[in-house]
Amino acid sequence: MTTATPTARFRDLLAAEWIRIWSLRSTSWVLALSALVIIGANLKSAKYTYDYFPVGDPHPASGYVQVALDDSFNIIAADVLMIVAGSIGALVIVGEYATGMIRTTMAAVPDRRAVLAAKACVLTAVMLGYGAFVAGASFGLSQAVLSGRHIGLSITHPGALRYVAAAALFAPVCALIGLGLGVLIRHSAATVVGTVLVLFMLPSFFTDTHHWTADVSHAMPLTAWRRLAEVDTTNSFVSHYPATVGGSWITFAAWPLVSVVIAAIALHRRDL
Amino acid sequence: MIEVTELTKRYGRTTAVDHLSFTVRPGQVTGFLGPNGAGKSTTLRMILGLNAPTSGSTAVDGRPFREHPRGLRHVGALLDANDVHGGRSGRAHLRALARTNAVPRSRVEEVLREVGLSAAAGRRIGGYSLGMKQRLGIATALLGDPPVLLFDEPLNGLDPEGVLWVRGLFRRLAAEGRTVFVSSHLMSEMANTADQLIVIGRGELIAAESVTQFAARGTRSSVTVRTSEPATLAALLTTAGATVQPAGDGTLTATGLDAARIGELALEHRLALQELTTHSATLEEAFMELTADSVEYLAGDHR
Repeated sequence: MTTATPTARFRDLLAAEWIRIWSLRSTSWVLALSALVIIGANLKSAKYTYDYFPVGDPHPASGYVQVALDDSFNIIAADVLMIVAGSIGALVIVGEYATGMIRTTMAAVPDRRAVLAAKACVLTAVMLGYGAFVAGASFGLSQAVLSGRHIGLSITHPGALRYVAAAALFAPVCALIGLGLGVLIRHSAATVVGTVLVLFMLPSFFTDTHHWTADVSHAMPLTAWRRLAEVDTTNSFVSHYPATVGGSWITFAAWPLVSVVIAAIALHRRDL
Repeated sequence: MIEVTELTKRYGRTTAVDHLSFTVRPGQVTGFLGPNGAGKSTTLRMILGLNAPTSGSTAVDGRPFREHPRGLRHVGALLDANDVHGGRSGRAHLRALARTNAVPRSRVEEVLREVGLSAAAGRRIGGYSLGMKQRLGIATALLGDPPVLLFDEPLNGLDPEGVLWVRGLFRRLAAEGRTVFVSSHLMSEMANTADQLIVIGRGELIAAESVTQFAARGTRSSVTVRTSEPATLAALLTTAGATVQPAGDGTLTATGLDAARIGELALEHRLALQELTTHSATLEEAFMELTADSVEYLAGDHR
């Protein structure tokens, strides 16, 4: 029997969660396949633009910058990213609830909030890496295709970095929302449905018609991503109550933070 | 040492555990007995801080378990062998758990060898039999080399060799000075393993004593006697102070008189006996008798 107990270090919990997330074969499969789907969807729209964009140097005011950017991360890519990231985030904790593993985990580490914090950190790191890879690769490949029509952009083009960063960060944002919903709902299917509802459907209920609905809409992760992805507004419709870039970054930060805090409170108080 | 004080847990209007108090001491195997639904698992979960009591408290070595930031070096527990994620290998499962508590990786291989799962450790837990999952659960409990061990129905799904091994393991752990607390709904499982017993029914304490003391409760022995004239004998025995139950075919079951006295009575009245057998109540019967009033789910029950 050991008498000298080593001090409880947070990095041990991080290492344990790292082992947990990668020891499920589904993690790497889902990440690899969805990355292919996303990059493929973006290349397809780049190819479309390549086929139909008028030959010759584009006019600066034609809005081609936004066209070129949207070919490196289109709405389909964003939807797939949202579902995959949200579901992986949810399954990190729901997988434990559904199997009963949560009791084994918490009997080993009675400090439940520390476990959740470690899960959130590892999830953020993995999904940020995934998002950066998917967004970066899509951008590079699509712009390489578009350079054949002289509209390919480099990452140093004004707004390009913000565009790629917003896409990359969208992955951990959605994953942490999924994690939070997973703790609250605790059932696999219900959590995935809940995550899709919150991320996908909720924004479509609020339009820019009234000031307050516009405010609610802008506080949605998907709307925030759309605003951050809007670099060249030449050809886009601007509503009476436009969203701001700063506000959208705040939305990106607030959702995951609030999700994890609420999850931590619920996890700490409830029976397992 | 495990101390449970006035522990109560209510779920809505149902009371799962009702003002339960007991102490589990080190150096012995303590059996935790009760019929299904008696509140054993709920009590164990409260000891582990997984469920919060409605009132009362639990302490392990003087401290509520949830106050420890890490648990494996204080209490090793196997609550339910199925409380594992089927998608991981047994080794990955143990490595992750070990890492949370800064238990070295070599210890994982040690416990795998100890429970006989070394060869299967690379396979996904989803493909394990219940017996293998029990072994994995025992390996988890042993990981942190803890002074207190809790096991909830650890013998379920084990083959006879496994049952023998687990009994030996519990005895050894207790002999090393650890507190070993094992729940079961079968007295027969505990009779050969436990030194002390804590018996509960419907969430309330029924008995907390040594196995020897408990067995002494079952001294109410009965005598089976068979004769060609059961009615005459029954009348004789009743007059002599026994309670007699006829079973047809000339067999009587008598309590309150011993076999010797019944034999004498039969001889005095020139009655021929075909059978005279004493049944002393087993530990199992003592347990059944004691918990009869508190069985939650009785077959053929029309309450």
